[in-house]
Amino acid sequence: MAAVEIRDVRKSFGATPIIHGVSIDIRDGEFVILVGPSGCGKSTLLRMIAGLENVTGGEIRIADRVVNNMPPKERDIAMVFQNYALYPHMTVADNMAFSMKLRGAPQAEIETRVSKAAGILGLTQLLDRFPRQLSGGQRQRVAMGRAIVRDPQVFLFDEPLSNLDAKLRVAMRTEIKELHQRLKTTTVYVTHDQIEAMTMADKIVVMHDGIVEQMGSPLDLYDRPDNVFVAGFIGSPSMNFITGRVENGAFVTGDGIRLPLGGAPAAAEGRPVIYGLRPEHVSLDDNGVPVEVVVIEPTGSETQVVVKLGAQELVTVFRERIGVQPGAQIRISPNPALVHLFDEATGKRLVA
Amino acid sequence: MATTAALSRPAPRETTLAERILQDRNVLGILFMLPAAAFLFLFLTYPLGLGVYLGFTDTRIGRAGVWVGFENYESLWGDSVFWLSVFNTFLYTFVASILKFMLGLWLALLLNEHLPFKALIRAIVLLPWVVPTVLSAIAFWWIFDAQFSIVTWSLQKLGLVQGSINWLGDPQIARASVIAANVWRGIPFVAITLLAGLQTIPPSLHEAATLDGATSWQRFWHITLPMLSPIIAVVMTFSVLFTFTDFQLIYVLTRGGPLNATHLMATLSFQRAIPGGQLGEGAAIAVAMVPFLLGAIMFSYFGLQRRRWQQGGQD
Ligand SMILES: Nc1ncnc2c1ncn2[C@@H]1O[C@H](COP(=O)(O)OP(=O)(O)O)[C@@H](O)[C@H]1O
Ligand SMILES: [Mg+2]
Repeated sequence: MAAVEIRDVRKSFGATPIIHGVSIDIRDGEFVILVGPSGCGKSTLLRMIAGLENVTGGEIRIADRVVNNMPPKERDIAMVFQNYALYPHMTVADNMAFSMKLRGAPQAEIETRVSKAAGILGLTQLLDRFPRQLSGGQRQRVAMGRAIVRDPQVFLFDEPLSNLDAKLRVAMRTEIKELHQRLKTTTVYVTHDQIEAMTMADKIVVMHDGIVEQMGSPLDLYDRPDNVFVAGFIGSPSMNFITGRVENGAFVTGDGIRLPLGGAPAAAEGRPVIYGLRPEHVSLDDNGVPVEVVVIEPTGSETQVVVKLGAQELVTVFRERIGVQPGAQIRISPNPALVHLFDEATGKRLVA
Repeated sequence: MATTAALSRPAPRETTLAERILQDRNVLGILFMLPAAAFLFLFLTYPLGLGVYLGFTDTRIGRAGVWVGFENYESLWGDSVFWLSVFNTFLYTFVASILKFMLGLWLALLLNEHLPFKALIRAIVLLPWVVPTVLSAIAFWWIFDAQFSIVTWSLQKLGLVQGSINWLGDPQIARASVIAANVWRGIPFVAITLLAGLQTIPPSLHEAATLDGATSWQRFWHITLPMLSPIIAVVMTFSVLFTFTDFQLIYVLTRGGPLNATHLMATLSFQRAIPGGQLGEGAAIAVAMVPFLLGAIMFSYFGLQRRRWQQGGQD
C-alpha cells in the first residue's frame, strides 16, 4: 500500500499535447476514480502511472519515490486491462501465478497465494481452464486475480467493466468495492461511466480534454459542481441548463419566465447566467410555473417527465406517479435551495 | 372464396425427367465440379500416376519399357550415389530449414519494431522471394565464382583469406554454398509470414507481462513464442516441403556436383531420367521422395492441430 502523488504531469504524443498539467493526490488506501468522456486522457494518465507511457513533464511519486524513469516492474503496481489481457495459452492458475514464477517464488508460496486469490474471487473451480473457456465475467475476475496475487502497492484498473453486460457490471461494481474494503490497497480506477464513479469512489477526479475539472468526494461533486462541465457530467439524468439573467434576486429565462433562486450572489445581478437544475430537484406545485408535458416515462419507482418550459425542454423526475397525457399542462417548482448558478461566459459556479 | 384461392395458385406444370435430374442438388454439384476435376486429373493425378507407373518399368527415352516390378528400387538400394543424394537432401533440408527459421524469426521480430521506412524495408525483404529462382541462382553463380567471386574479393580486401575460395568446386564448401543460397531465398517467406503472426499478438499481452515483471527475453519466451507456435508449424511445414523438393537452385548452381556432393533426390532423379535417358529409374527416385514428404505432412498434421488453449468458447 502506498500513496500516489501526481504533480503537474504533462503528456504529448509527438507534438500533440494530450495531458496539460494534472495534479492529483491519492492517499494510502484510497479508492480514486478518474472519470471523463472518451478521449480525455484517462487511460494515458493511468498508463503513465503504470510506466507503460513515459512522462513528458511533471512528476509521479509512488510511496514517496519519484517513478518517472523507473521501469514498470520496479513500481510494484498491478493493472487490470480493459480487454483483460489474459495470456491465452496459460490456464487460469498459470495466468495468476505468472508474475510469481518470473520472480522465482517457491512453488508452495505460489500455490497458497493463487488458491487464496481464487477463493476470494470464486475461481477455485476454474483454475484448470484456459481463458477461451471462460465467460466475460469470469475472465474479468481472472484479470483481478492476477492483480491480487501480486499483492502490489497500487491497483490500476482501466475500464474493467466496460465489456460486461449491464447486470453483471452492477454486480462486479459491488464486488470490486468489497474487495477494496478487504484488501485496502490504493486503487486508481478509470471509467467513463459516472454512475460507476459515484457508487465506488472515495474520491472522484473529473477529467476533460487533458485537465482536471474537479476533484472531490462523490457527493461533493454532486452537491457543489465547480463548473457547467462537472454539473452536466455527474448525475443521471443530467442536469438541465437554462440560460437567462438574474433580476431582483430571481432568475429570468430568455422567454421571460421567472424561476426562484435561493439567494443569488450580489455579483450575479443583471449578468447572463446559466441556471442549473437537477431533474430530481423539481416538485409538483399548484403555485409553480406552468409547463407542457412532452413525454412521460414511468419506471415504477419514479416517473421521468420531459416538459417544455417556454421553448426549452427540461427533464424532470418525480417520486410520485403522474397520470397525465402528453400535451397536458402541469405546474412545477424547482427547489430554490438546490439550484445551481453558473457564469455564462466562463461556465464557473457563482457562489452565493 | 376457396375456389378463387385454388385458382390463383399456379397450376403444377409437367416437369420432364431431364429437368428433374438437372435440378437435383447432387447432380448439379457434380456437374459444377467436373471442370475442376478434369483439370486436376489432367495435370496432377495423371502425371503422378504416370510417374509411379514408370518407376515400375524399365522405360528409356525413345523406348517403351516393360513392367519390371521392384527392380528399379532394388538397384537403387545398392546404389551409393542414390544414398548420397538422400543424405544430401536431409542435410540440405535440415540445415537450411533451421537457418531459415532462426533468421526469419529474427528478421520478423526486427520488422515488428518501430523502424523508420518500415514499409520500404518490408518490400525489400520480400525481394529474394519475388525474383525468379533461376535469375537469383545466376546471381549466386557470380557470387560463388571460383575466380571472380565478390565474397572472395571482399574477404581478400579485409585480409581474411589469401588465395581464392573454390565455392562450388570443393564438396564441403559447395554444400554450404547451396544451403546459403537456399536460405537467402527462403527467408522472406518465413519472415513475412511470422511477421503477420506477430502482429496478431495484442500489445496489451506484452504490457501485462511487463507489469508482471518479465524482461524482454522472458516476454519472447513466455508470450511471443507460444502465441506464434501455430503459425510456426504452418510456415515450417511449407518451408520443409519446398526445401526437400528443391531443384532449380541446385540445377543452376552445381548440377549436383562436385562429386555428387550437392545432388539432391530431385536433381538426381532428373539427371538419371532426362540427360541419362533412364526414365524408369528417375521416376523411381522421385517416387522414393513420397514417403518422406508424407512423413513431413503427417508431422504438420499433428503439429497444426489446434492447441488446447485455442479450443472452445469464442472471443
Ligand atoms: N499512442 C498514442 N499516440 C497518439 N495519440 C494517442 C496515443 N494514445 C492515446 N492517444 C490520444 O490521446 C487522447 C487520450 O487518449 P486516452 O488516454 O486513451 O483517452 P481515454 O482513456 O480517456 O478515453 C486521445 O485523443 C487519443 O487519440
Ligand atoms: Mg481509455
